[in-house]
Amino acid sequence: MERANAAPPDDVAVILATEGQHGPVIHAANRAARMAGTHAGARVVDVKALSPDLRVEYADIAGDRLALERLMLWARRWCPWSATDGLDGLILETTGADHLLGGEATMLTEMETRLSLLGLTAQIAVAPTWGAAWALARYGTVRATCPTELIGAQLGPLPVAALRLDEPTLLLLRRLGLRTVGDLAKVPRLSLTRRFARDALHANPLLRLDQAMGHLAEPVASKEARPKIGARSSLPEPIQDPTAYLPDLCADLCAQLTHHGLGCRRLSLTVFRTDGEVSTIIAATAAPSRDASHLSRLFEGKLEQINPGFGFDLITLEAAVVEPIEVVQTRLGGGSDGDLQLPHLIDRLVARFGERSVQRPVLNASHLPERAERVIGALQDTDSTTAAGSKERPIRLLWTPEEVRVVYAVPDGPPAQFIWRRQTHKVARYDGPERIAPEWWKDRPGTRLRDYFKIEDQTGRRLWLYREGLHGDGRGGDPRWFIHGIFA
Amino acid sequence: MLCDSSIIRNRGYATPAPTQTHILSEAFATNAADAACVGFGVASLPRGTAPLLWAQDRLSRQETGQPYLPGLPGRSIIRVDVSRAVDVLWAMEEALKCTSLGAIIGEIWGDPKQLDFTATKRLAMRAEHYGMPCWLIRRAASPDLSAARDRWRVMSLPSLQHPDDSKAPGDPRWQVELFRSRHRAPGTWIATYDRAADRLDMSAPFRDRAVAEGDGARERRTAR
Repeated sequence: MERANAAPPDDVAVILATEGQHGPVIHAANRAARMAGTHAGARVVDVKALSPDLRVEYADIAGDRLALERLMLWARRWCPWSATDGLDGLILETTGADHLLGGEATMLTEMETRLSLLGLTAQIAVAPTWGAAWALARYGTVRATCPTELIGAQLGPLPVAALRLDEPTLLLLRRLGLRTVGDLAKVPRLSLTRRFARDALHANPLLRLDQAMGHLAEPVASKEARPKIGARSSLPEPIQDPTAYLPDLCADLCAQLTHHGLGCRRLSLTVFRTDGEVSTIIAATAAPSRDASHLSRLFEGKLEQINPGFGFDLITLEAAVVEPIEVVQTRLGGGSDGDLQLPHLIDRLVARFGERSVQRPVLNASHLPERAERVIGALQDTDSTTAAGSKERPIRLLWTPEEVRVVYAVPDGPPAQFIWRRQTHKVARYDGPERIAPEWWKDRPGTRLRDYFKIEDQTGRRLWLYREGLHGDGRGGDPRWFIHGIFA
Repeated sequence: MLCDSSIIRNRGYATPAPTQTHILSEAFATNAADAACVGFGVASLPRGTAPLLWAQDRLSRQETGQPYLPGLPGRSIIRVDVSRAVDVLWAMEEALKCTSLGAIIGEIWGDPKQLDFTATKRLAMRAEHYGMPCWLIRRAASPDLSAARDRWRVMSLPSLQHPDDSKAPGDPRWQVELFRSRHRAPGTWIATYDRAADRLDMSAPFRDRAVAEGDGARERRTAR
């Protein structure tokens, strides 16, 4: 299932690949690629040899599954019962719902239109049974509808693959000369039972045929949608400033969160202006929280960003992302005292300055100074078990090394005199060199090695200086000198 | 009064009074691109696993770089990178209320209008109320009116002699001047920081410079 915003044009042949046992295999192909002769299950290298201009992307199967689940809930606009069907299908129980949409044919047109507005191509069919709907959607006519009495007639000409059977069973049926569902239905039941009685459902043509024809029940197990947690207050008169309503909204939301045993990670406050404008403010928390006063403080200073216009008449507060909170009793007298001070502080800082401004550096296994630390979100768990190196490192690192002008160079060791930030520094003492080679598995070819020196100048300031490259290493001209850090 | 004698060992005759750490201290760098004030500030913080909150404004970050974790062994840091001095002050004020933190360090470049007596007084009172060590590191700044309990001026001195290599700089040495303090008499000391033992020693400078034990640089000059 391709995302609407990233879908490639139809005339470009694109395939989605997954890792197979012997290199990548094709997971799905678009129409242009199928016309070029690819099919799902083929190996990517073989197909690339046939048509070299094929575009290969990696399939995001878990993402597709999540998207399909969201789509399944979205499809409840047409009927109350829906479920996902495999990796690429939805099954909707529309019994008693079609007349609300003007009959089955009109309903199918409406579904197709709505899905195409989402950027999705759909093959849809209505049938009395799950199996028949599956078969007609994939192998039947466009927007097929099937009355109960015509199941046999409509399924008859379809290939046996329409019966949701696995590959070995299909091969067996092909060898037996049973090409269509009609052929299979004509075989006496007794011989089919004798042959397939012990097989599982996906390998049993008889059971599948019974399911499709409606002789065997196959109910739709609809998954309950997660309750939507949100609070709203509609106002009799338009107001200019929503601040006064925020504590009540937060208290209402937190009561609902407590009831469901959840805490929210992301909150969205939406204000609806009288002239139809809608603006949304989003706040996030570092740890799941249902503390009303804390949540309302996250919007401090953000409400002023809303242009009030002629005022708002509806404010909604919604918990967009929720996580379960496990309340653990840690004290004998009851209650729990989890240390939430730090997460709350991080939330307030992130709410004010943004996520990228509040970070936590952790050590990283690399000798290159700029890669020896990496930043993670302020409250993420450190998976880093890297121990600090034994070499002395400066207390400050300049993120972009600053080039210095060498006044008086000496053959080995650092320059005796250099100019940095318009000041002349004479090197009184130095320690080094410490050679740090580029990481060939990450760096571009031609990256030069560095020789680091800890130097002390005439006034006692200690700097971390490095020379990039060597004379005649064939990777550029003369080596250049940079300041990379400052020692305490 | 909190006294941590394992951290600060007194040498010489003019002993500095034991430092009180859980207050607002201000350190002025005599040279903007000198990390001595950062080194002195971090070295005088109590040890522990609680993270430090380190807030910097844009110019401090641009001119003097960011705190570098491999150079701060045994510490964990939460970095707050903001652009304005007023945001640094806001972050520090918020953080002072959070007792899960180990200490708070704020770096402010120049003399912004918002960093006035009231702002420092708010920080100082919160730091004392919540018992949180708090350092305000000022660069390219003039020591105007401030409510900081200790105000230091820190400068790098040539380092000690390296135990193994006479040509290499050894452990850092700073000249620290306490020019205003609420709890003790002002004075000037030579601070040496023993990296291996993570210990800060403060000694009074010798009046007679000829008998001073000196740094590695001078010994190297005499040996030549």
